[in-house]
Amino acid sequence: MKSASGWHPHRYLPHTGAEIKEMLRVAGVTSMEDLFAEIPAAVRMKRPLELPPALPEGELLAHLRRLADRNAHADRMVGFLGAGAYDHEIPSVVWRLAGRAEFVTAYTPYQAEVMQGELQAAYEYQTMLCELTGMEVANASMYDGASALGEAAVMARDLTGRNRVVTSSAVHPHYREVLHTYTRHQGIEVFEAAHRDGVTPVGDIRAAVGPETAAVIVQSPNVFGCIEQGSALAQAAHEAGALLIYAVAEPISLGLLRPPGDYGADIVAGEGQPLGNHLNYGGPYLGMLAARREFVRRMPGRLVGLTTDSRGRRGFVLTIQTREQHIRREKATSNICTNEALNALAAAVYMAALGPTGIRRVAEVNARRAHYTLEQLTALPGISRAFAAPVFNEFVVRTPLPPEQLNARLSERGFLGGLALGAWYPELPDGWLVCVTEARTRGQIDAFVEAVKEAIAR
Amino acid sequence: MTMPVIFERSVPGRIASAPPAPDVPEAPIETIVGAEHLRSTPPALPEVSELDLVRHYTRLSHRNYSVDAGFYPLGSCTMKYNPKVNEDAAGLAGFVRLHPHTPAPLAQGALELLWRLEQMLCEVAGMDRVTFQPAAGAHGEMTALMMIRAYLEDRGERRTRVIVPDSAHGTNPASAAMCGFEVTTVSSDARGNIDHAALRRTADGSVAALMLTNPNTLGLFEEGIQEVAEIVHGCGALMYLDGANFNAMLGITRPGDQGFDVMHMNVHKTFGTPHGGGGPGAGPVAVKRLLEPYMPAPTVERAGDRFLLDGDRPKSIGRVRAFNGNFGIFVRTYAYLLAYGPLLRQVSEAAVLNANYLLALLRPHFDLPYDRRCMHEFVLSGRRQKEQYGIRTLEIAKRLLDYGFHAPTVYFPLIVSEAIMIEPTETESRQTLDEFADAMIRVAGECATDPETVRNAPHSTVVTRLDEVAAARKLNLRWTGGGRRGS
Amino acid sequence: MFPTDRRYTRDHEWAQRENGRVRIGITSFAAERLSDIVFVELPKMGAEVRAGAAFGAIESVKAASDLYAPVSGSVVEVNQAVVDGPEALNQDPHGSAWMVVIEMSSPAEWDQLLDSEAYAALVGAEQA
Repeated sequence: MKSASGWHPHRYLPHTGAEIKEMLRVAGVTSMEDLFAEIPAAVRMKRPLELPPALPEGELLAHLRRLADRNAHADRMVGFLGAGAYDHEIPSVVWRLAGRAEFVTAYTPYQAEVMQGELQAAYEYQTMLCELTGMEVANASMYDGASALGEAAVMARDLTGRNRVVTSSAVHPHYREVLHTYTRHQGIEVFEAAHRDGVTPVGDIRAAVGPETAAVIVQSPNVFGCIEQGSALAQAAHEAGALLIYAVAEPISLGLLRPPGDYGADIVAGEGQPLGNHLNYGGPYLGMLAARREFVRRMPGRLVGLTTDSRGRRGFVLTIQTREQHIRREKATSNICTNEALNALAAAVYMAALGPTGIRRVAEVNARRAHYTLEQLTALPGISRAFAAPVFNEFVVRTPLPPEQLNARLSERGFLGGLALGAWYPELPDGWLVCVTEARTRGQIDAFVEAVKEAIAR
Repeated sequence: MTMPVIFERSVPGRIASAPPAPDVPEAPIETIVGAEHLRSTPPALPEVSELDLVRHYTRLSHRNYSVDAGFYPLGSCTMKYNPKVNEDAAGLAGFVRLHPHTPAPLAQGALELLWRLEQMLCEVAGMDRVTFQPAAGAHGEMTALMMIRAYLEDRGERRTRVIVPDSAHGTNPASAAMCGFEVTTVSSDARGNIDHAALRRTADGSVAALMLTNPNTLGLFEEGIQEVAEIVHGCGALMYLDGANFNAMLGITRPGDQGFDVMHMNVHKTFGTPHGGGGPGAGPVAVKRLLEPYMPAPTVERAGDRFLLDGDRPKSIGRVRAFNGNFGIFVRTYAYLLAYGPLLRQVSEAAVLNANYLLALLRPHFDLPYDRRCMHEFVLSGRRQKEQYGIRTLEIAKRLLDYGFHAPTVYFPLIVSEAIMIEPTETESRQTLDEFADAMIRVAGECATDPETVRNAPHSTVVTRLDEVAAARKLNLRWTGGGRRGS
Repeated sequence: MFPTDRRYTRDHEWAQRENGRVRIGITSFAAERLSDIVFVELPKMGAEVRAGAAFGAIESVKAASDLYAPVSGSVVEVNQAVVDGPEALNQDPHGSAWMVVIEMSSPAEWDQLLDSEAYAALVGAEQA
């Protein structure tokens, strides 16, 4: 319904025709068109935007539902996919609380006095992350695990003054790709040792590390789900005066496994999605960054600190912001501005909901169900365990028919099978990366194994 | 009363969740994982009940300002209303529960959404392609500069400099530095436009790009944008738009038509996705054809009625993050655009009207460094209040909190002293603008009549002025105080 | 206005000559402009510094700056007290809050520094 002035009322726009008229008058202009008089005519649009016509809510949701229905999501198909994103059970409280409008529609807490909620929540999150990783300081979030790793490499270079990082092909390919992207223009060279039997070969790393090495980068559990030799790799790094950067794609593992701080890690870069955040087809996720206390001034990203107000009461503020882009500009530790605050909040609620016993228990269930699934699968003809190293909640098996074909057959049965590794690792054309979390029941696992058995028998 | 930290609410043994039932054989965990890999000390996470958890975070939420509660006049942030239907859309199981490794044939709905969104964003921006990988505006800047660098190197050109105006947001030079460029700053003229003569002097074969915000951080449209583009293209460099202020020109003028080759968008600003207390947002980058080969891989493509991910892009700069981008945020972006269609133009009309209306109300009371028709935001200066009454802009900002408003952006852009940057956005009503103007005028009055109250503001918030110096000197970034023992 | 027993740089540092060595600090003008200083990073003992090049950094809540060496040479003394308590730079920048002592490698560089009058004029111009 168009008004005389050509203005269409819209549910997000409060202006009425009468108000527009009055406001134009106060602003000292004769028409809406007059507001844009300073824009050169040559660059003005001379036609309306060619977009689908405005939809009212009912139709809008119906349209989105139709799109959503065309996705084989984890409530429809029983999934055994991991490889950097993990289907965990999220307690209802997590998004009931994180989804409160006071958290969702709030801005960055630059005016600390009116944002004590977010700031305190972020401070608590920083603390919880330190506890989980065994590190001394953690920031309030980065974009995702892969970019956190990229930034960690640059941080290591800034701390040591050295221009080389050493890693292995057992680190998730997306993480390694991003590592290359972030270091390419910073004069940092990346050396990749090939994995051996699904783990990083310590001897090769030791040989590759030297006086120009800023850091050794290891992911544990690695992309194959294998647990790495953290102590030996830390030693190899430190003996050469390099830092150990420890990447964690599955932080639920830290409920059970020795944390990076225990191994002597200097920087931890990780993905917090498994902590209370949904799969969301790849994002928004949650980059985690933690480090030794002495490195704090070189850490990119926001940090929340405890302080007092003018009456001596406890309060929280963003602190040592002078490292950041809005003050240091081209000399900043990074360009990061917006982060993943809400996802960090959800992660904090999740960690608080589970507590130390809960996260241990969930991690144990992951390990046991994965182990059970591995046993059941390798009992099938033609399926063998690919790597000897201990695993947490995902593992690689070799399959008698191409994993892509196996997956196609399984999807007919309502299963999303593991990741076919051949595209990432050509030397593993029969490699199948299967993930089992606490979200998979025994019944589902047994049905899955049965379906695999049928599929290979065909 | 001090609000406890959650660790102070801990009581050993309390739980807030039920562990999953053991339904597979409980083999000893050491045999599965190996004793040497096991954690010996549990993480000291809080031990609270579910109700404790709910009360804690509910109370925290009450200590936050938010768009849903009040007006944010923050310049350059575009704190517009976040439509609730977008949350419902983004919360559909088909999106939220979709694993990123789901094979393309089983994720057609998600891929179609991204493909359609790309078409819509290209139309609005006047560009040819969009990459969805960047997670934020600054991430988009970095991605764009990498593409520019790859493009130039592919042509055998090694250009080492990026030009930014002195009014640029800090992320611009920071992003340029991350891509290995040197930053040259060019001054703005008296009308707030980039100084053409200064630009000409520095635009040579060593320049890779000019990074411009348009309208600029003063809220002013770059009047000579075509000439600027000519100068930059003339020396073989590319034009990059920092799209933070895109809200001013939707459906009015398109960056692609202004001469820009590439831009980033802040969907959490222009397209109303919620700020989340600091994120997540997304910073998709739109490019003209010339930069298409260098886009991060994979891209979303259409083949007939099928949608797919194309990873076969040999000239791509590679990935800037894992997986496909902040998809959940793009569902909201898509829904936002569907709610407006071609009426999107009214968003900018209303945004610019609101800004000019508010400027008219406030200009008698504060200095206006650049007296031009503003776009969607404007910059005032608290200089008069500082010189006459010794009250700084920081204190005016804090005093506004007592009036129930979030403060505007202060001390940015750097080229204005005691800067106050105000952006009302299009979703605020005239009543809200009148109330805000009233509060600003009262505070200006208080500078004269009651300066101490302004100087020591805020008074009515849950905490008063916080000691940032102590926070930085005695860095306390984690709780080590222990919990409450017993009950 | 500024002590005459020393010289100054355009980056607002003072340099006090002690034979072949130079004691360095930041001026009261710099300290005031930065306001509450929260952190200072100084080079290690024995580090080589070059005139005009950055040798450390200084931070307050609202700004961060590099520190530039007035003269070339090697660092022979570092004032740990200032690292431990950067607020001293706001309290006594010309006295006890000195930062480093450099053994000069090119004594001719001393002549390039500003005297107290020239520095006062520079500060006057910046404040205008």
